[in-house]
Amino acid sequence: MSAPILSALLVIPVAGAALVALLPRENAREAKLAALLTAFLTFLVSIPLWTQFRPGDIGMQFVETRAWVPALGLTYKVGVDGISVLLVLLTTLLMPICVLASWSISDRVKDYMAAFLILESAMIGSFVAQDLLLFYVFWEAMLIPMLLIIGVWGGRRRVYAALKFFLFTVVGSLPMFVAILYIYFKAGAHTFDLETLRASLNPAGDAPLPLTVTAARWCFFAFALAFAVKVPLFPLHTWLPDAHVEAPTAGSVILAGVLLKMGTYGLLRFAIPIFPGAAAEFAPALISLAVIGVIYGSLMCLAQEDMKKLIAYSSVAHLGFCVLGMFVWNDKALSGSILQMVNHGISTGALFLCVGVLYERRHTRLLEDFGGIAKVMPWYAAVLIIVTLSSIGLPGTNGFIGEFLILLGTFEAKKVPAILASTGVVLGATYMLWMAQRVLFGRVTHEENENLGDLRGREWATLLPLLFLIFAIGVVPNVFLHRIAPAVEDYNRQVRAAIHHDQERRAEEKSRAEFERHGGARK
Amino acid sequence: MNEASRCLAAVPFLCLAGFLANGLLGRRLGRNGGAAVGVAAAIASFLFSIPVAREVFSTGEAVKVDLFAWIDVADLQVKFAFLCDRLSVIMLLIVTGVGSLIHLYSAGYMAHDASVPRYFSYLNLFMFSMLLLVLGDNLLLMFVGWEGVGLCSYLLIGFWFEDPEKAYAGRKAFIVNRIGDFGFALGLFAIFMVFHSFDYETIRANLGDSNIRGRLLSTFELGIPFVDVKMSLVCAITLALFLGATGKSAQIPLYVWLPDAMAGPTPVSALIHAATMVTSGIYMVCRLSHLFVMAPPTMDIIAGVGGATAVFAALMALAQNDIKKVLAYSTVSQLGLMFLALGTGGFSAGFFHVFTHAFFKALLFLGAGSVIHALSGEQDLRRMGGLKDRLPATFATMLIGTVAIAGIPPFAGFFSKDEILWRAWEGYLTGRNIGHGLILGLLGSFASALTAFYMFRLLTLAFLGAPRGSAEAHSHAHESPWTMTLPLTILAICSVAAGFLNVPHALHGSAHFSAWLQPVVAAWPEIATAAQASHHGAEIGLMTVSTLIAFGGSGFALWIYLKRPGLPAEVIQKSPGLGRVYAVIRDKFYIDEAYDRIVVRPVKLTAFTLWIFVDVLIIDTLINVAALIAEVISEAARRLQDGAVGTYAVWFLAGAMLLLGYFLFVLGAA
Repeated sequence: MSAPILSALLVIPVAGAALVALLPRENAREAKLAALLTAFLTFLVSIPLWTQFRPGDIGMQFVETRAWVPALGLTYKVGVDGISVLLVLLTTLLMPICVLASWSISDRVKDYMAAFLILESAMIGSFVAQDLLLFYVFWEAMLIPMLLIIGVWGGRRRVYAALKFFLFTVVGSLPMFVAILYIYFKAGAHTFDLETLRASLNPAGDAPLPLTVTAARWCFFAFALAFAVKVPLFPLHTWLPDAHVEAPTAGSVILAGVLLKMGTYGLLRFAIPIFPGAAAEFAPALISLAVIGVIYGSLMCLAQEDMKKLIAYSSVAHLGFCVLGMFVWNDKALSGSILQMVNHGISTGALFLCVGVLYERRHTRLLEDFGGIAKVMPWYAAVLIIVTLSSIGLPGTNGFIGEFLILLGTFEAKKVPAILASTGVVLGATYMLWMAQRVLFGRVTHEENENLGDLRGREWATLLPLLFLIFAIGVVPNVFLHRIAPAVEDYNRQVRAAIHHDQERRAEEKSRAEFERHGGARK
Repeated sequence: MNEASRCLAAVPFLCLAGFLANGLLGRRLGRNGGAAVGVAAAIASFLFSIPVAREVFSTGEAVKVDLFAWIDVADLQVKFAFLCDRLSVIMLLIVTGVGSLIHLYSAGYMAHDASVPRYFSYLNLFMFSMLLLVLGDNLLLMFVGWEGVGLCSYLLIGFWFEDPEKAYAGRKAFIVNRIGDFGFALGLFAIFMVFHSFDYETIRANLGDSNIRGRLLSTFELGIPFVDVKMSLVCAITLALFLGATGKSAQIPLYVWLPDAMAGPTPVSALIHAATMVTSGIYMVCRLSHLFVMAPPTMDIIAGVGGATAVFAALMALAQNDIKKVLAYSTVSQLGLMFLALGTGGFSAGFFHVFTHAFFKALLFLGAGSVIHALSGEQDLRRMGGLKDRLPATFATMLIGTVAIAGIPPFAGFFSKDEILWRAWEGYLTGRNIGHGLILGLLGSFASALTAFYMFRLLTLAFLGAPRGSAEAHSHAHESPWTMTLPLTILAICSVAAGFLNVPHALHGSAHFSAWLQPVVAAWPEIATAAQASHHGAEIGLMTVSTLIAFGGSGFALWIYLKRPGLPAEVIQKSPGLGRVYAVIRDKFYIDEAYDRIVVRPVKLTAFTLWIFVDVLIIDTLINVAALIAEVISEAARRLQDGAVGTYAVWFLAGAMLLLGYFLFVLGAA
């Protein structure tokens, strides 16, 4: 058996957090270093997920299974496949960047670092858990450190933002928890194991369906609600701008880079495969919300004055694209959608880092406080322009590959949503270039901006890996797509078959019921 | 891989290398080093194009090179590969040849600028993108180049970004182009749906397939409420692609960015906004000509839009006083003529005008740049005049350019414009399609007459007569350095000679250029192509009239602006009606203002209103009410513990545990 890499990824950050927590309070510098080393070590340990991953193999890899609470049917089962492997790698890559970006934190440093490291374990856990209850534990465990990061180290209205984040997420997740328990009992397999649950809820052949249509709808709805809040889908998105505005830079990076992906990933991993029939029924609604998100989110950006708010709303638009690509059951669209999750993590992460660079110097994020920055910080300007272009999907950058695949695949399946979503590409250019212009171009109008220093070594260290990926994915996307596409093709094949099977079974049941009713009437 | 293929692979990447060198090491290279690297990269790419061109010209076959598999997902397989065939070899030579000359010119023009390396890095990046656009062997690579040149255009228009107006002009160009790209992208999606490929060769080969033809010609309802419009699939595809062309090639309704693009340095206007990038739309239509001719309604729309743009822009060129603006509207107008030709099936005619126009319009822009350079930045024609003796080389070359664009024989513009006018008038002259031919013919000839007029107006106002600017500026005016006059001279020679490549059969020429392109572009309508052979008399008649019109327009402009410079003002004063017309033309028909009112402001207003009402008032109010309730509860909890957020967390955990316990033990036991 190979080394338990995934378990190591779960344990190392928590262990690092414990180490950081044990340090005396005044050793702030040591706490930062310890956190950085832990995060970096986690990243190094995760590298085999890239090098030893077998793209052609269908199904989970790096699987570890251990009985945990057998009485409850709870197992510790983790694994990754082509859908999740890049997201895990994105998490381990972003974490050292986040620690570096937090170097100037001075308040309760070790608590801050510990929170981030615990968050990392929880996020990785959510991506790799193959047991529904295990997933839920990690899912809820993410909430607390993120809540603290916003609520303790946030800006002026941090308590409001944290509370809003908390309310949305809890109200979203508790119904999912109820649904998890419901299907656990209905499936009758006495396990939370995802694969077993899925198979027993969607039996092959003519075995009786454990869930009624209504129950399946409600359960899908409960799952989808929890994930839609995280995505966030319109109209559940208003926590995001506030959370981003108040969160410290690294908090925003991790929130946009990884946490939002929990929503899209959850839909993909749990909601759709477990309830394929209901997912097909809800698909038009979710497609509509995704398209509304693309257009509405883009329009919102045009009305913002705070850079972080603008980028937050742009996330609503970008993730709208991801959700769109998931519900058309098209291989190109879904591959693009998964790649776009990674892309959004890279580009939006980098955008928040760029905002952070200015914020550290000027302690403001309002567009009106800048202008002419390209003159005083030319390298910064070059980086911001590149990241902006990646965000608006210019060919040659990562954003193009993702958006193009999503729209191409969606167009094949559903014309109108694809055409409407394509307008988002025009709007995207409008608001992003507008932002870049107001920050970078024109004359320096504020005296304070005249002597700003250009990017420093630590800032370069946070940005360079992301810049590298922006071009790597844009120029040689096959390296990444080869890992995604086989899993996606298998996934869509199964889901399409399951939807088809489910619909046939429902139709049969319906006609049988009608027949019995008529038969009863004759008697 | 043979030598030609290896050279072909190197051509774009030489420019990319130049971009990287200047972009990353610009500060170390300095002004002269940066310029040297930039110019060297461009010239090297031209030199490497020569073996490629020789191979294509000698064999007539395409040179190809496969670099790597770019995107493979499911049925989508896109290669990163170059193709240089009969069509792209011409673009290749224009881009690298004219591009090299303009790089050289730039070294002189930009010598005093503060950020020379940045300038050359953008210019090299533009060459790279443009080469991807023309050399890519599939539509997706063309799209990559298409957006790439848009980016470079944006960066170069806003090159002097400290001026907010210039930065705005760059952004406007990018966004207007993105609207076009939206159409282009939809066209791509639909093409893939039909052909399952983006490769030109696959698309062309599959056009013969009866299933695919049937699918393309099948009609569908547009689904617009209250309007019952049916359209064939191929019509929708080509219209979407044409929307892309109107953006990049500055046609109605998306031409508005090009005049503003003159905010960029003048050599940029010459290269990007006259000779190369703006002709991409024509290249794209020619590349897919076999698809376009399957949709006659689209072809009529292309011809109509082209003809209308040609006249509309020429009218606006009449009333501009900024030397670059005159040339900008002239470019829009000439591009219109090219589309007019394409829409009537004259693909080689339109493309020949791309070829000759690249020389004389680049020449005119560079000449204008030389004037601006000599007058230390003065662009207003009203403050020029009498520069003939101070700038003899510039004047001589610009005279050639002006004569060429005016369509006076035997300069290049005469031959290319003659081909276009013949295509436009063909329906009328042969009696095949009288109304169609009459409208298009009149539009084309009227635009040509206006061209001759406004170009000689420009030449006269700038170089002839008495100096109208300050005496000091006039006496300081000096001829430009050799780096600038050499490109002018070479372009002038080309503007004289290029036309002889396509002397029509009617003049006992051999129409080399048309024959060369004949295997790669569609012959449509077949009857029109055949008609040219049997109507030599009509063609010569049209030529004579066109020549007279060109002389008339030129002479009239010379007479007015030399002998009666006060006449236009007098006329306007005497007739208030004409005055109003003049004002409307001078103010560009208020199109920018109209777009601002109809599109820009409503979108902004909608955005702001939605934000305030939906996000802030509706959704957040609901949330805040819920939050208030929670706060009341937490207020109670605060008395027990300090630190509000910690309290929430504890409460949450407690709640979650209780729920978990309830479900696991109470329900589980049941």
